[in-house]
Amino acid sequence: MQEFLEFTLGGIATGMIYAAIALSLVLIWRGTRVLNYSQGGMAMFTTYVAYVVIRHTGNYWLGFVLALAAGLVLGAVCERTVVRPTEGKAPLNSVIVTIGLLILIEGVAGIIYGGQYRSFPAAYSVTGLKIGNVSLGISPNDVFTAAAVLAAAGALALVFRYTAVGLRLRATAFNSGVARLLGVRIGRVLTLGWALAGLFGALAGVLVTPTTFLYPNSMDAIFVLGFTAAVIGGLDSPVGAVIGGVLLGLVLSYAGGYLGSQLVLIYGLVVLALVLMIRPSGLFSAATTRRV
Amino acid sequence: MTLLRHLAAAIVVAVILVVLSIQLDSYRDFQMAEVAAYLTAVAGLTVLIGLSGQISIGNGAFMAIGAYAGALLLIHLNWPLELVFLASVVVAAAAGAVFGLAAARLRGPYLAGATLMLAVALPTLASQYAGVFGGDQGLSTSINTPAFLGPTFPPTRWLAWVTCASALITLVLLANLGRSRVGRSWRAVRDDEVAASLSGLNVARLQILAFVVSAACAGLGGALLAVVTGIVGPGAYTLTLSIALLTAAVIGGLGSLLGAVWGSLLLILVPTYLTNVAASHGLSGGASSSVPIAAYGVVLIAVMLAFPAGIQGGLRRLFGPAVPAAAAPINVLRRRRPGSEHQEEARHEKIT
Repeated sequence: MQEFLEFTLGGIATGMIYAAIALSLVLIWRGTRVLNYSQGGMAMFTTYVAYVVIRHTGNYWLGFVLALAAGLVLGAVCERTVVRPTEGKAPLNSVIVTIGLLILIEGVAGIIYGGQYRSFPAAYSVTGLKIGNVSLGISPNDVFTAAAVLAAAGALALVFRYTAVGLRLRATAFNSGVARLLGVRIGRVLTLGWALAGLFGALAGVLVTPTTFLYPNSMDAIFVLGFTAAVIGGLDSPVGAVIGGVLLGLVLSYAGGYLGSQLVLIYGLVVLALVLMIRPSGLFSAATTRRV
Repeated sequence: MTLLRHLAAAIVVAVILVVLSIQLDSYRDFQMAEVAAYLTAVAGLTVLIGLSGQISIGNGAFMAIGAYAGALLLIHLNWPLELVFLASVVVAAAAGAVFGLAAARLRGPYLAGATLMLAVALPTLASQYAGVFGGDQGLSTSINTPAFLGPTFPPTRWLAWVTCASALITLVLLANLGRSRVGRSWRAVRDDEVAASLSGLNVARLQILAFVVSAACAGLGGALLAVVTGIVGPGAYTLTLSIALLTAAVIGGLGSLLGAVWGSLLLILVPTYLTNVAASHGLSGGASSSVPIAAYGVVLIAVMLAFPAGIQGGLRRLFGPAVPAAAAPINVLRRRRPGSEHQEEARHEKIT
């Protein structure tokens, strides 16, 4: 029972990381039908930005904020420069271009910072919390992680629901042709979607890296798990992305806890294969018929 | 007729390669063997992407499967080389079939993501089951040159012969497959799945078949690479390898086997060159080894945006007749605009 509690809380905490990555994928997919495979690479790079800032100033929060800002800029720049020209071409083109972006960012990070593993500081203590004698299996930093992702997702929901920009984002995701006719400047909205996605990716990077290490490939594994979470949620639904992230976090936490944690990625692969075979459109997507 | 023409071309090339391997020094022979090993995998990938319209970013993982299968058979059972290669092909094809079954229902981005996950996840198995797979050190293989060549025959030349022969056989088989009924069906599926299935083609089966073929080629390439480098470790079969294969296929021209040759040549020759240039400009070891990785990215983006038909497409435009419709690059397919797709789907959800 004690173990189960630890695994559950720990699973929710890591699940929030997957949720942040999944959200960033969903934001882009809804608007452009492009899956951004470079999201993990971008998140890795913005984490390096935070790393450099924290090392030079000693101020964690300055690094944190600048990483998020770098995520916004990086997302927008990538969309404008290399992704926009693939619009209207075969889907394979955008897949290959974003893969190219991923390996380009990883290569550039390797050139600038080298390949060695660096440890990245956490915002709060990483020693486990206890209530009385009962260990909870999570640290104050895990609580912060979950709270930060939830707050960001909540803010996103509010923006979507109550602002003019949010309305444009929703309209573009729903039907870009009609939105354009109604005067929405689709190009700007798509760039904004990428920028927001960059922000969520950067958030995930800064939050997860204290538990891994920082190196040019450090986000690869997190990215594929975030992709799995997005697929569980149905790729189209922001709410599904968050739920998918938490579900995946729980499943992997139980599997890792009871079966051994070395093979987490393999369990993730099994989960992905099962979801794709049983319900390829995701658990939470609305009923859609296959195109005729 | 086509079969004969491909065979004749392969024999001519084989003779040239034998002469070349005797002229070259042992390091160049080694590089030749490497090119042939990569070519085998790249050829399978270019057929998968260019002809069947599916994408795999996980073919490095299938190379790993073939390489480990080959190395284990060589070490524990001491099988003859040709049987080892055959077994590697079978094992990788079986893995491809299992994965392809799950993947057959997937559209482009899902499939790419699933194969990406395979590429990232699979190497962790090697570290986990270190007893079987040798952990991070990997397994080392060694083969002997056959007795009839004499004791002084350079082993790298023998390796070059073995790998080039395997690569040539693979290319001939793939070329014929591409011209066969199966190849035509793949193109039909690639260009319009709905029309293809209305014409009575079994789309899912064709897509799985393409996936299996590319996995089998990757498996053979992996086994060849294991024999050439003499070591099979998880560090060699990372995501970067999978993306390198993709880069080679893209730069050569997707769907073109000759393009795969150009791509594989560049894949072996250019990274070493770039690393050396970077190192001579004062970059540290770790940094200069990242230069080729960044170059893959630049190539993938630049080629897809500016020259989607790759090197072979450019050559064809320069020297060949007008490009026939069937060989047109895949970008003639239009991505459905986000809006138009939604109109066709019955969407009853609320806008969130």
